[in-house]
Amino acid sequence: MTVKTATGAAAPMPKAGAPKKGFRAWLNKRMPVDEFLASQVTEYYAPKNFNVWYYFGSIALVVLVLQLVSGIFLAMFYKPGEATAFDSVQFIMREVDWGWLIRYLHSSGASFFFILVYLHMFRAFLYGSYKAPRELLWLLGMLVYLALMAEAFMGYVLPWGNMSFWGAQVIVNLFGTIPGIGPDLVLWIRGDYGIADATLNRFFSLHVAALPLALIGLVALHLVALHEVGSNNPDGIEIKEKVGADGKPLDGIPFHPYYTVKDFVGIAVFLVLLAITVFFVPTLGGLFLEAPNFEPANPMSTPEHIAPVWYFTPFYAILRAVPDQRMGALLMLIAVMAFLFVPWLDRSPVRSMRYRGWLSRSALAIFAVSFVVLGYLGMQPAEGLYVLLARIFAALYFAFFFLMPLYTWLDPVKPVPERVVYHAH
Amino acid sequence: MRTEALLAAALLTIAACASQRLPAAEEGGGKFGADWDSWRAGTSVSDLASVQRGARNFVSYCRGCHSLKYERWSRLGADLKIPPQLLEKELVPPGAKATDYIQTAMPSADAEAWFGKAPPDLSLMVRARGTDYIYQYLTTFYVDPSRQTGANNLRYPSTAMPHVLSELEGLKRAEFRTVLHHAPGGALTEEQVFDHFEPVAPGRLALTEYDGFVRDTVNFLDYVSEPTQLERRSLGVWVVLFLLVFSWLALLVKREYWKDVH
Amino acid sequence: MADHAGVAGGDEVDLSRRKFLTRATIATGAVGAAFAAIPFIESWTPSETARALGVPTELDISKLEAGQMTTTVWRRSPIYVVRRTPDMVARIAGHDTDLKDPNSDHSDQPSYAKNPLRARSAEFLVLVGTCTHLGCLPKQRFAAGELYPSWPGGFFCPCHGSRFDLAGRVFAGSPASINLRVPPYSYPKEHLLLVGADEKGAAT
Repeated sequence: MTVKTATGAAAPMPKAGAPKKGFRAWLNKRMPVDEFLASQVTEYYAPKNFNVWYYFGSIALVVLVLQLVSGIFLAMFYKPGEATAFDSVQFIMREVDWGWLIRYLHSSGASFFFILVYLHMFRAFLYGSYKAPRELLWLLGMLVYLALMAEAFMGYVLPWGNMSFWGAQVIVNLFGTIPGIGPDLVLWIRGDYGIADATLNRFFSLHVAALPLALIGLVALHLVALHEVGSNNPDGIEIKEKVGADGKPLDGIPFHPYYTVKDFVGIAVFLVLLAITVFFVPTLGGLFLEAPNFEPANPMSTPEHIAPVWYFTPFYAILRAVPDQRMGALLMLIAVMAFLFVPWLDRSPVRSMRYRGWLSRSALAIFAVSFVVLGYLGMQPAEGLYVLLARIFAALYFAFFFLMPLYTWLDPVKPVPERVVYHAH
Repeated sequence: MRTEALLAAALLTIAACASQRLPAAEEGGGKFGADWDSWRAGTSVSDLASVQRGARNFVSYCRGCHSLKYERWSRLGADLKIPPQLLEKELVPPGAKATDYIQTAMPSADAEAWFGKAPPDLSLMVRARGTDYIYQYLTTFYVDPSRQTGANNLRYPSTAMPHVLSELEGLKRAEFRTVLHHAPGGALTEEQVFDHFEPVAPGRLALTEYDGFVRDTVNFLDYVSEPTQLERRSLGVWVVLFLLVFSWLALLVKREYWKDVH
Repeated sequence: MADHAGVAGGDEVDLSRRKFLTRATIATGAVGAAFAAIPFIESWTPSETARALGVPTELDISKLEAGQMTTTVWRRSPIYVVRRTPDMVARIAGHDTDLKDPNSDHSDQPSYAKNPLRARSAEFLVLVGTCTHLGCLPKQRFAAGELYPSWPGGFFCPCHGSRFDLAGRVFAGSPASINLRVPPYSYPKEHLLLVGADEKGAAT
C-alpha cells in the first residue's frame, strides 16, 4: 500500500527492523519491547469484519481498570468491620471530597462489568467462538466469569447493609447443602456461628487483594490464549487459512491502528452510558444499588424480598424453581457449570449462526429469552404464577445445553463462504 | 450499524423500564387495598425553599425523637444556603457546635421502653423507602382507640410512632368496607378494605397546608439522604456533553483510518 | 487486487487530516483524563470529619497560674500555653546575639506575634509545641540557670538538643533553624483563648 501525503508525494514509511537509536535501542537490548508490540499489536492481524459484538471485550478490560482504580481509592476510606463498615460508606459518600463519585463509579462499574461480560459471552454463542481451537480461550473466559461472580458477591457484602447481610446469609448457607461436609464448610467459610465480623473481614481481604490478583492473572491468560489462535469472526472463517504473498491473512488487518481506533469509539460511547448512570441514575431504580441496603445490617430483620443483585438473578430463579433445597443448589451449580462444556456439546460443523439452520438459531434465541426472563423472575417473590414460569424457563435453559449435541447435529447448515463478508463503514 | 443501533435502543429501554421500579416493596398498606400508585410525593430536591422549610419542620417536630446522625449542622447550612448566624440561632440546639452531627435529645434506651422500639435514624430513610412511602406514611395516620398510642397508620399498619403531627393535621378516622373473596379452596372469606378517611377534628393547618408541610419535610429528608445529589446532576450535564463530543471525535478518527479497509 | 492483507493499496490517504484528527482526539482525551484525575487526587485532602475536628480550640485560661504551662490540641498538634511571670518576661531580653532568628524574620507566626515577646501580650505565650527540627515535643525548662549557668529559661528538646527561650526563639547551636511556630489565636472573651482563629477568621 502506498501512503501519500496531502501533496500527492509518497510518504516515507519506517522500515521494519531499521536500527534504533538512543533510549529505544538501550531498552530493546534488555527487554523485547518493540518485538512485543509488533507481535501483539502492530503486526497482529485480526479479521476485518468485526461488528458491534466485538466491542465488549475491550470495554470490559477498561471496566476492570476502572474497578481497580476506584476500588483502591475506596479502600483508603472504607473501614471493614461490623461496627464501622456501614458508617464508613456514609463517610465516603458525604465527607470525603468526591467520595460519592468514586463510590458510584465502583458500584455502577460492577453492574456494567456484568452487562458487558454477558454480551461478550453471547457473542461467542452467535459465532461459535468457543469451538476448536478456541476451547481453552473459552474455558479461561469462564474462569474469569466465575472469579468475577465471587468478587462481585463479596464486594456487595462490604457495605454491610441489610441486603449485604442477608444475601451473604443465603449464599453461604447454600454451601450447607453439600452432602456430609456442608454444615462444617459453612462454619468454616463464616468464621463464626452466623454471618459476622469475621466473615466481613475475610471477604474484604479476598475482595481487595486475592480475587483482583486472580482476575488480572486470568484475564492475562485469556489474552495470551486469544493471541495464540487469533480471533474468530462473525462468519466463523479461519482467516489464517487464506494468506497473501506477504504471509498475512487476506481478510485480516493489523490490530493497530484499525482496532485500537475502533475500540476507542466503543469505549467512548460506553463512557457516555457510564456517565449517565453515575451522574443521573446511580441506583438505576434499585437495580444497581438496592434500597434495603441503605439500612444497616440487622440479623433480626429480614428484608421483604431477598434477592441477589440483578446479575445473579437468573441463577437464583433456577435455585428457587426446585422445591428441594439440595436439588435446587445442585441445579444452580449445573446451570453455571454447563457453560464449560459447550465447546464439546456443540456438534455443528459450522461455527457462526449466520450459516447455521433454524434449529440452532431457535435454540439460541429461546436460551437468550429464558436467561432474561429467569433474571426477571429471580427478582420477584417466589409465589403464584412466577413459580410455574421459573420452572418452565429453567427447563428451557437446561434444554439448550443438554439437547445441544442433538440439535446441532440435526441442524440444516448453509454453505460457509470462502472469504469473510465485509461492508465498508 | 443497524445492529448497533438496535442493541443500544434495547439496552436503553431496559434501563428506562428498570428505573421506573419503586424503591420499596408494597409493605403492609397494600393489603388494605389503598391505591398507593396515585399517592405520590411529587417533591423535587432542587426546590431549595421547600427543603429549607422542611429543615425547619424537622427541627421543630421530628428531632425530638429522630436523629440524622450522618448530617452535620454546618453541612446543612452550607448546602441549604442558610447563613451561619441564622443556623446557630434557629436550628442548632444550645450546647451543640455547628460541626456536630444532628442528634436527637431522646435517649434510645428510654425510647425503646416507651415505644417498643427506638425511633430510627432518618438519614437514609428516603433512599431505603422512597419519598412516596414517607409522604404516604405521614398523611395516613388515623384514630384507632384499640392501640396504645391511640393511632394507627394505613401505610405501615401497627406502627409504633404516635400521631405526632395531629396538632397540625387534625384527626381523622379510617372507614373500611367489607369485601368478599373466594379463597383458593373455594370458601368465601371476608376482608376489610380501606374505603376513605373521615375527618374527626381539624388541626392548626388546612388540608392543603398540611400537605405542603409534609412534602417539604419529605423533600428535606430526600436531601439528607444524599446531600451531593444536586451537585451530582449539574456536574453530570457537563461530563456527558464532553464525552459526547469526545465520542464524535473518536468516530471521525475511526472513519478516517477505516477508509483504508476494503 | 489486495497486496497487503485487508488493506487495499493505491488509495489516496490524506495523512495530514489523519494526523490532525488523531492529535485533536488525543488532546481532548488528555484533557478529559486530567479532569477525571481531579476527584481521585482531591479525595486525599482532609475530609469533612478532619476539617470538623480542626475547628478552633477554646481554652479557659483563668485557672492558669503565673509561671505555669498547660497543653491543649489544635489540628492534631500540641499547643503550649504559658502564663509568663514578670521575671520570665524580663528574661526574654538580653541574649539576642545568642539567637538564630531574634526578630522572627524566617519563622512562622501571625503578624501580631512578630515581636520579641512573640505574642499579643507579655503575659500569655501560645506556641505550637512541635520542635521545628524534626517534630518532637520540647520540654519546659523555665527556671533560670536550669540547663547551664547562663540559661535564661525556655524550652529544651530532648530528641536532638534544640533550645528555645521563653518566647520560643531558637538558640544558636541548636539543630533547629527557626523559632517555635505561633498559631493564629485570639481572645474572644476575657479569660477565653481561642486557638486557630483571629481577626482573619478561622484558619483555613
